[in-house]
Amino acid sequence: MIDSGTTAWMLLCTALVLLMTPGLAFFYGGMTRAKSVLNMMMMSFVSIIVVTVAWVLYGYSLAFDTAGDGTGFINKIVGGLDYLGLSGVYNAVYENLIVAGGNVTPEAAAADNFPLMVFSAFQLTFAIITVALISGAIADRAKFGAWVLFSLVWATVVYFPVAHWVWGGGWLGQLGIEDFAGGTVVHINAGAAALALALVLGKRSGWRKEPMRPHNLTLVLLGTGLLWFGWFGFNAGSELAPDQTAGLAFMNTQVATAVAAGAWLIVEKLRDGHATTLGAASGAVAGLVAITPACGFVDPWAAVVIGLLAGVGCCYAVGLKYKAGFDDSLDVVGVHLVGGVIGAVALGFVAAYPFLPGQNKGILIEGGQLSQLGLQVLGPVVVGLYSFVLSWVIGKIIDKTMGFRISQEAEVAGVDVTTHAETGYDLGSVHASGVVSPNGPVPATKKVDA
Amino acid sequence: MRLITAVIKPFKLDDVKAALEQFGIKGMTVSEASGYGRQRGHTEVYRGAEYQVDLVPKVRVEVLAEEDDAEDVIDVIVKAAQTGKIGDGKVWSVPVDTVIRVRTGERGPEAL
Repeated sequence: MIDSGTTAWMLLCTALVLLMTPGLAFFYGGMTRAKSVLNMMMMSFVSIIVVTVAWVLYGYSLAFDTAGDGTGFINKIVGGLDYLGLSGVYNAVYENLIVAGGNVTPEAAAADNFPLMVFSAFQLTFAIITVALISGAIADRAKFGAWVLFSLVWATVVYFPVAHWVWGGGWLGQLGIEDFAGGTVVHINAGAAALALALVLGKRSGWRKEPMRPHNLTLVLLGTGLLWFGWFGFNAGSELAPDQTAGLAFMNTQVATAVAAGAWLIVEKLRDGHATTLGAASGAVAGLVAITPACGFVDPWAAVVIGLLAGVGCCYAVGLKYKAGFDDSLDVVGVHLVGGVIGAVALGFVAAYPFLPGQNKGILIEGGQLSQLGLQVLGPVVVGLYSFVLSWVIGKIIDKTMGFRISQEAEVAGVDVTTHAETGYDLGSVHASGVVSPNGPVPATKKVDA
Repeated sequence: MRLITAVIKPFKLDDVKAALEQFGIKGMTVSEASGYGRQRGHTEVYRGAEYQVDLVPKVRVEVLAEEDDAEDVIDVIVKAAQTGKIGDGKVWSVPVDTVIRVRTGERGPEAL
């Protein structure tokens, strides 16, 4: 039985989450220098293209085909092949889970069923943005073709299995790890990959010597707004039903984000003397990241605490790259890895509404279990290590074969013009000249017919 | 004839322009410039990382004047551009051999 209300809600959430990737493109694009804005945005846009194709062909099947009861060893690690090419999805139904110990009856849960095709589309948008998030670490200097290949391979061997581990019936989910909307699957996963790629590619030419200021903070704020807006679909949508928990996730998303943005600004004002625009934007995203795993599990007071921890913690964490000496250009590690860990581990303390078999309350909540805190540490460690190691290996292989970095000359001239033959901003009228030709370059001299 | 070049604070451009017009100067060239003198630059902070921005936005005004008027024109610019604070800019003049009005081909002071 398909519920039209749930179907409509999930279609809407899917579109909201997809909007986050163009939002991320603006967020990242504004933070680069003007000469790399298009390449930065293109790395996000191309992940929409690559991951969508991989998802249809085999990605959805590898991530979400439980292949029977999910007890076989292989099926704990990776999904089956029943949904290759999305075959068999059209007529299938996503059956909402019967909540263990909750106040939802099997009848009520079944009343929230919606088409499996919608579930597949919804989950696709998560895979897309996870890949796009990684690109912030390698601004200004990556070969576009190498990034396209990396995004395809990484989605295949890292994202699809990890999504299966936690959400697709795999081993971490069976253990009872709590990850409501993707703190571990999306943010820790992407953050660890970002660290690996920053190490594989190395520092940008001139890092710490030349100023590499964000060229357009208005774009960063526009991107932040789109991310914030879309994130309601990401978090509240992850309930997979328009119900009480979706409402909780929605409110917690708003609360943690606002608190984290405020906390970041306060730290900046006290530490550096100025409350900055980039600080507000970064704090908001840090709060969104940290509340992602927790949004459907905690009370709003706990969302305030998580927001505070994320705002303060990530504000300090983005400085680590200067001490450690790696050029994670746009702070994917400091915001997404650190924010994701904060949210995941916080659940071990403040989770109040566990609902799947094996999940428990946090230790600060009455009836909480220490074992849950252990699981909340285990998840980030396992996923972080898996993603870091595989990303490093994939990155190294690409670097040794086709090369992952553009030449230094191309980097200094700007990746936009050298890779894409475009410039983001044509603000003058003197330097740009020439004739538009539909058939390639115009010859320097032309014979004039008599 | 002399070419007088003034590098001034951007917000003083309107005052300088008005003063020069009142003096009788009929044309000028204005361009955006960046640079520093004793003022040096300023500090910007992005995610806690401080950047020393050496070059400060300035406006460059270029005016051609007859030899006899040059000192007066300089005085007019200095008076109009002055705030008394560091970073007010510089004015200098150099001799000019020839000036030609492109439209008519007039040469010398006639072309000013």
